[in-house]
Amino acid sequence: MTLAEGVQIVSFGILAVMMLGAALGVVLLENIVYSAFLLGGVFISIAGMYILLNASFVAAAQVLVYVGAVNVLILFGIMLVNKQQEFRPIARAWVGRAVTALVCSGLFALLATTVVGTPWKLSSAPAAGDNAIVLIGIHFFTDFLLPFELASVLLLIALVGAIILARREYIPDTQAGVPVQDALQLPERPRELVPVGSNTSEQGATDSFL
Amino acid sequence: MHLEYFLLIAAALFCIGIYGLVTSRNVIRVLMSIELMLNAVNLNLMAFSNYLDPANVTGQVFSVFVITIAAAEAAVGLAIVLSIYRNRDTVDMEQFNLLKW
Repeated sequence: MTLAEGVQIVSFGILAVMMLGAALGVVLLENIVYSAFLLGGVFISIAGMYILLNASFVAAAQVLVYVGAVNVLILFGIMLVNKQQEFRPIARAWVGRAVTALVCSGLFALLATTVVGTPWKLSSAPAAGDNAIVLIGIHFFTDFLLPFELASVLLLIALVGAIILARREYIPDTQAGVPVQDALQLPERPRELVPVGSNTSEQGATDSFL
Repeated sequence: MHLEYFLLIAAALFCIGIYGLVTSRNVIRVLMSIELMLNAVNLNLMAFSNYLDPANVTGQVFSVFVITIAAAEAAVGLAIVLSIYRNRDTVDMEQFNLLKW
């Protein structure tokens, strides 16, 4: 690490405040679009922490994959599911929130005491630094070859499955001579909206889904 | 700089993720909370890789795998959310009783 100790501590503090504030915003804000953008802030500050931890390759991968792909995907999801609805209020919902906050702070206290109390065996070996990308490549093609190939196959399967789950069912055979009425509207099989909460129409939901 | 700082920050992020996972009612916010938890795990892995095993960067290799799985999870999760939304016309977690009973 070439940075001085003071610079490291100051940048760690800034990144930590940014990260925790943005994470609280993700969880607590009402507007989900603000939450999605704050999630990008969390990812970027985590990438900064990776740079502090001598992992520049993974920091670059974090920015590319999370900020560039996952966050954009989540934003697309929000825009496609853009439904302005008032959630039906639940009686005494604050009790559940309070209990959850209590459990989470208790879990944090437990983890903190474990982290502070454990005598970590810190290594004094010099950090790999910029050589880390070569080491990661060597790991991928020697002792982690099987997980690497499995991960690529899994990514392919997951993306194909996601496309199949999310696609719309088009009607393939429209009448040849009849022009489509509305040019901006894709021909689509009419869907049956299932009234929420009724158990009798489960079969209809399955049919229209298939 | 100490290892404990990074571990404490990661633990805080993980707990925020759990809180969001349990309390949010919007489905997409639940997915975002899961991403927060996965990132906390990644931060832990990276801190261990830097402080306990700096010469042999196994933690970074594992975090690359975690990033891969998280990307696949986000894609499949959003596809499922879209498909449920088209059938049920809501994004409220309280009204998804599909696999409940």
